[in-house]
Amino acid sequence: MTTMNRRSFLSTLAAAGVVPAVMAGSRRALAQTSGGVLRTPAWPAPTFLNSAVSTGGPESFLSPKFYDGLLGYEYGMVPKASLATEWSMSDDGLTVEFKLRDGVKWHDGEAFTARDVAFTFMEVLKVHHGRGRTTFAALESVETPDDLTAIFHLSRPTPALMRALDSRESPILPAHLYEGTDIMANPVNTAPVGTGPFLLENYEIGANVVMVKNPDYWDEGFPRLDRLVIQYIADPATRVAMLESGQADAIFLNQIPAQEILRLAELPEFEMTTDGFEAMPSAQQMDFNLDNEILANKTVRHAIAHAIDVNWITQNVWYGMGQPGRSPLHFDQRAYFTTEGVPSYPYDPARANELLDEAGYPRGAGGMRFALTLDPSPWGTESITAASYIKEVLRQVGIDVTIRTQDFAVFVQTVYTDRTHDLALYTASMGVDPTIGVHRFYNSASFLPGTGFSNGAHYVNPEVDALLNAASIETDEAARVQEYADFQRLAYEDLPVLKVTDISMATIANVRVKDHTVDALGALGSLKQCWIEE
Amino acid sequence: MSEPVPLTGTGTTGRGPAKAPSRRLSPALRYVLRRLLQAVLVMMLVMVGSFLLVKLAPGDMVDAMAGTRDLTADQIAGLRERYGLDQSVFVQLLRYMALLATFDFGYSPINAAPAMDVILARLPVTAILVVCSVSLSMVIGTLFGILASRFAGKAVDLGISMFMLLLYATPSFIIAILLILVFAVKLRWLPIAGFESVGMGYTGLTYLKDVAAHLILPVTALCTFYIAIYGRIGRASMLEVLKLDFVRTARGKGLTEGRVFYVHALRNALLPLVTMAGLQVSSLFGGAVLIETIFGLPGMGRTAFDAVFQRDTNLLLGVVFISSLAVVIVNFVIDMLYMVLDPRVNLK
Repeated sequence: MTTMNRRSFLSTLAAAGVVPAVMAGSRRALAQTSGGVLRTPAWPAPTFLNSAVSTGGPESFLSPKFYDGLLGYEYGMVPKASLATEWSMSDDGLTVEFKLRDGVKWHDGEAFTARDVAFTFMEVLKVHHGRGRTTFAALESVETPDDLTAIFHLSRPTPALMRALDSRESPILPAHLYEGTDIMANPVNTAPVGTGPFLLENYEIGANVVMVKNPDYWDEGFPRLDRLVIQYIADPATRVAMLESGQADAIFLNQIPAQEILRLAELPEFEMTTDGFEAMPSAQQMDFNLDNEILANKTVRHAIAHAIDVNWITQNVWYGMGQPGRSPLHFDQRAYFTTEGVPSYPYDPARANELLDEAGYPRGAGGMRFALTLDPSPWGTESITAASYIKEVLRQVGIDVTIRTQDFAVFVQTVYTDRTHDLALYTASMGVDPTIGVHRFYNSASFLPGTGFSNGAHYVNPEVDALLNAASIETDEAARVQEYADFQRLAYEDLPVLKVTDISMATIANVRVKDHTVDALGALGSLKQCWIEE
Repeated sequence: MSEPVPLTGTGTTGRGPAKAPSRRLSPALRYVLRRLLQAVLVMMLVMVGSFLLVKLAPGDMVDAMAGTRDLTADQIAGLRERYGLDQSVFVQLLRYMALLATFDFGYSPINAAPAMDVILARLPVTAILVVCSVSLSMVIGTLFGILASRFAGKAVDLGISMFMLLLYATPSFIIAILLILVFAVKLRWLPIAGFESVGMGYTGLTYLKDVAAHLILPVTALCTFYIAIYGRIGRASMLEVLKLDFVRTARGKGLTEGRVFYVHALRNALLPLVTMAGLQVSSLFGGAVLIETIFGLPGMGRTAFDAVFQRDTNLLLGVVFISSLAVVIVNFVIDMLYMVLDPRVNLK
């Protein structure tokens, strides 16, 4: 590619697809060993075995093993062929044409066609998928001129769409088994019939999922594993012991505490990687409820940010598995993340005290200025642990914090429905594209009481709204980069949400487990390249 | 059976008019019926009580789902309607009771399956765990108790008592973790997670061996505390009984010390141990939550844990119902056993 010209981001992505499908799945691999059983413990157990009807973590991990997406992604989220072998987008960004792979069969022997693609996007992803509703909101119809062509018609350009076509985010379901049924109640949701590399052999609800190699998989030579066994184990210490005692081969998705990952990574039998998580950059952040009159004062929010050492939390709560928060975006959202001109709030209690005095909250009796509640999400232990630290450092600057720990259902109700919180600390996905994961926390249209992980701060800034709305339909990549840069500066000056830690996810695996992470999706993808060294 | 214990309960078989006068049959039957009625009442209380308790907690299943699945307000309302959560608590309770009357626990949304199916799949795991733990701890504990009482005040007694105290004082989860560290991580002898080696396709004897290997550590962890209890109760009970008149009579009749000890005294000393077994079964369902969680066993305890965490009300209530039913049945059986074993039980 020459210098960055006016060619749009979308066309760049589309152009990559013209490269023949032969590139998919490197053939050098065939010379190597294949086979083996991969055993991995996970938690919690899934509800469905399909991520088109649920965006839950367990479903997202399992689905790509049974189902394929239209595309896959190389590192850097560069599209590669999967069920689609070629793709191209019109210059106005309103039409995307996919050429589909010939000869692909569903696990039940039926032929895969464009009808499956049209049905999945229009009837399932747009309706039942949590993020799909937003990502594909502008998708008006899918035209199928023949069995191997699907043409997407959009009402407005949707740059995020091209990043959301993998098997994890948008798995293609068999129309012949879903059409005319109650999709959420369809038995195929727990007895998957996909086009993917693995077949379901056994599913014991809440206990384990056993998959076997699909002998008729369209990508010849794959999958290399004979079996994939996922056991649902509630206790993280047991998951660690399973790996350490050789009763499990790998643990994905930070399913064990960070200090254990780091300890095991030191041992010769194990290897750690933080690659393969570009599709789900996660972060820990704290919402300020702006309906609280004290927190509505920007100076107070700045003071609180100065009183909290986010680097301390990153090093001690996350054991260095991540980077201290510096912007509303995650550092792994490489195309748009910036710190240039974004205000920063270095740890400085003296400055925090000054700002609080300035804001009109002098220390009263007992040295306290005012009291706040802090609701940490019980999802994982890190928010609860970080909450104790935050309580202590805020006490030092004269803010009396009461921590309210509760179960997950109560947390969601307190913060997003009842809105009786002052500070809410939680971890969330920042999305494969900021449109999908970040906008929801800042866009005023996302202030949706009752909806979990929406704009819980009740932040309203028309300038920010305008930038986000522009970026969500921007087809000029350079302009989009600029819009997100402006957004980061503005939103971090207003600071409705304090980013605490941009989390680095990790996979820890026995060294015998080969090629589990070979692209942007890593183990979240199909694992079809993975094999076990005898 | 030559020992001086009258067998009150045998009259209830009502065979032959000569030895079973109707005046004796009737109180026994009434006793059984009264116990049955109590059991039914307890189950009703458990059902209504647990339902109301679950409803008292703020937040519901749909809140938990909304938090993990990015649902819109419309979808949330739709789900509440689908699961009847938009109705008043009273209506929900009535609906639930109507459902239970047909022995249906409703739908378990977190498993996308009927709650009854999930529970029936899990019940055998917990049942095996509980049965193994109760029988093993009872046998081992009682043996220790007998041994200690036989050598009361001697070095053997002291040694056993010290050991029992240690088992009694160490929480089962500590023992579980120690067992995992030693037998799985260091020695690599035993599996630690699940009920079987998943995906290996074992059958027959290999399968049984595999399951047995998976049960060794969790059963041991569940047993230790109760071994100590049975040991201590067994010792005290034996020493108590050995002081009684009928033992002196037995000795006076010239029976050997062994016969007096193992036949006459032991049978009477077992009574408190039977009581303990009933209590143990009840509390084991609680203990199983922890042990099943640590050892990744897909049993009822684990199911309760999952159901609480994700607010799967139907599943949780189903687990509580079945566990309570098991406890009530066990207690009923113990009461009946008592009637047979102990002539002093008041049948009125």
